[in-house]
Amino acid sequence: MQALSVYNGQALAASEIPVVAADQFRSELVRSVADGGRIAALFADRREGTRHRIQAVVAFDAESVLRLTAAWIDAQYPSLTPDCSQAHWFEREMWERHGIVPVGHPFLKPIRFLPHAANGKPSAPRAVCGTADFFRMEGEEIHEVAVGPVHAGIIEPGHFRFQCHGETVYHLEISLGYQHRGVQRALVGGPDRRTIHYIETLAGDTSIAHASAYCRALESLAGTRIPPRAQVIRGIAQELERVANHIGDLGALAGDVGYLPTMSYCGRIRGDVLNMTAVLCGNRFGRGLVRPGGVAFDLDQDSVDELKRRVRAAAKDAKVAVELLWDSPSVMGRFDRTGAVSRETCERIGLVGVAARACGVARDVRRDFPYGIYRFAQLPISTCDSGDVFARAMVRWLEVQRSLAFVEEQLAALPPGPVLRPIGALRPGHAVVTLAEGWRGEICHVAATDDAGRFEHYQVIDPSLHNWFGLALALRNQQISDFPLCNKSFNLSYCGHDL
Amino acid sequence: MVAPSGLISLALALALAPMMPSIINRTKALFAGRHGQPWLQPYRELWKLLHKGAVYSHTTTPVFFTGPIVGCAAMLVGLLFVPLAGTHPLISFPGDFLLVAYLLGLARFFTVSAALDTGSSFEGMGASREVFFSALAEPALLLALATLAALSGQLSLADIFARIDAGVLASGAGPALLLAAAAMMVVFLAENARIPVDDPNTHLELTMIHEVMVLDHSGPDLAAIQYAACLKMWILGSLLVSVLLPVRSGWLLADLGAGILGLGLLAVATGVVESVMARLRLVRVPQFLIAASILSIVALVLVVR
Repeated sequence: MQALSVYNGQALAASEIPVVAADQFRSELVRSVADGGRIAALFADRREGTRHRIQAVVAFDAESVLRLTAAWIDAQYPSLTPDCSQAHWFEREMWERHGIVPVGHPFLKPIRFLPHAANGKPSAPRAVCGTADFFRMEGEEIHEVAVGPVHAGIIEPGHFRFQCHGETVYHLEISLGYQHRGVQRALVGGPDRRTIHYIETLAGDTSIAHASAYCRALESLAGTRIPPRAQVIRGIAQELERVANHIGDLGALAGDVGYLPTMSYCGRIRGDVLNMTAVLCGNRFGRGLVRPGGVAFDLDQDSVDELKRRVRAAAKDAKVAVELLWDSPSVMGRFDRTGAVSRETCERIGLVGVAARACGVARDVRRDFPYGIYRFAQLPISTCDSGDVFARAMVRWLEVQRSLAFVEEQLAALPPGPVLRPIGALRPGHAVVTLAEGWRGEICHVAATDDAGRFEHYQVIDPSLHNWFGLALALRNQQISDFPLCNKSFNLSYCGHDL
Repeated sequence: MVAPSGLISLALALALAPMMPSIINRTKALFAGRHGQPWLQPYRELWKLLHKGAVYSHTTTPVFFTGPIVGCAAMLVGLLFVPLAGTHPLISFPGDFLLVAYLLGLARFFTVSAALDTGSSFEGMGASREVFFSALAEPALLLALATLAALSGQLSLADIFARIDAGVLASGAGPALLLAAAAMMVVFLAENARIPVDDPNTHLELTMIHEVMVLDHSGPDLAAIQYAACLKMWILGSLLVSVLLPVRSGWLLADLGAGILGLGLLAVATGVVESVMARLRLVRVPQFLIAASILSIVALVLVVR
């Protein structure tokens, strides 16, 4: 037995995770991915002298199981990336944080700018913020365009390097890391009073989904179940978060092609949806709502009626505003065949969320690894197969409609009872993996407790970590003037990546 | 000889040119369900910029500040030749329409040089796009003007537009005139950096054409650039309005009133275009401009056949 199969959110004694030899780990991982698995997380969690323990979480969507494997490796090991592209970003991260050198990695450079070489190891990169070697194309007619990290709009910092021939992009390199906060290190030793606030700001626009993943991990480690009413409210909040962001994105996509009507109306409707979240808990981004053991705020009947009314109004307004997009030839002319990612590429690099579903890959944690309310109430998966900006916009619109219908349905059938139940102490020496479908895609939290029931390790994989490379590939052979449009169609998080 | 009507129309142009972007803006706001900025916002911005200092990068050379100065000067000179609604301009000689077209070209040359002078890759990209697209827009404009010249048998803007009145528009030459006007409308949108060619409101440097070339200018230089842009819109707009709204009553007040009303309507029309369609993909822009040239050629053929 080389790997242990668990379900989403199933706690297990940490000692149950099989520890195999380094070469077995490698062959197991490569084989799993070839068999249709997907690397949900790959990280180093323990250190003994010069050796590190690395752990992999491979998600098998069709079987709804997560397979865990671990191995002790030395300061160097043969890189997985040449045989398994999905490991690319994770190996770079392990090198950066722990100085573990993947020998033979095709493009080994840090993904962030960590101020100190990891643990003082000479093998770890020593980064100066903003300074890095970039991939370069040579040639007389090739020109390089550097964008950021300071941008014209009010967005997060990230640096983009384009290698162009005229207006055509041959290669885009995305250099992030300006938002590194050391959150994962700060979580070790928790949970304490600060933990939930760290979690809610992992990616500020995904507060609810990240907080749910964290709270489920805690509840599972403590062995408690939360009341059904809390499950439903969490589900409603997560779908409202999805709707608000998707509508905002559709408006921003319209704005990027200079199409004013949809941009203006979607901006307003997004605000309406955020205000619905404020009805739930008083905060438009759902901060303070999801708490270990349930939710911190109950809904009274007046709020339920008010929400139902607002959901119907938002659905009606959004339909008018968004369908203008599909009816405008000038907009479709910009969306169609722009920034296409093929299904093969999507599978190979392991895209998640909207970006994957837009490539025709029916991958959705809510169905594949159902959790919370999604175990009882299924949402249809929305896919589109062209993989371009149009597909990513269309998937968002389909999800908006389905999520609003889901919210309305759940509001009508709120189970009675309490919404918060105290959770006990965390079981010592346990580990748990929780997946959640945030509005961008799969969120993966891996928590492990020490002998005292405190976090020994806490790993967060935001969907952005999987998808940034997809954006780089989407830009190949595109017009450089279409970059903002492609970027917006992915709309990835910088701080969620940098953590 | 200085015609008083020319002085009046020049004064109106200098005073009212910044109203055109203001009207466009309010039209777009109306479509978007917003209030929009105050009517006099463009003036306030010019005033504000004139009171600011300019920042110059130490990598730039004197070429950098010739851009705004020559750009603004070229538009001011161009304005002297352009008749609004049949009023006689200040200066006029046979063939002056070529001069006006190339004054626009001169302004562009210096703007582009200033952009290249910064050495920024963005500005280089913008300059490359500007030169490419204007090379396609220029024939459309010149051929449209040639159509008007052939139709009226005159070679100065003043005489051309004195001959083109409502009677010509209604006569057999009407279709040719409308085709030329359509070509001029495309040139108007392209040269003034409006949708569907350029997006004046975007903050995305990679997609810009005109705006990206002036990113490094600040203070009074930027004011000169913005004012020159208003004047350019006024010049090209006057040509278009003189064709489409040929009120030649002989009463100065009525003619000028019709001309200014026409410019206002043109600004509203531009705002409507910007509100109801998205911007073209950059690779499609040349096709759009070539189509304008083709319209001009057809118009010319109709006139000289």
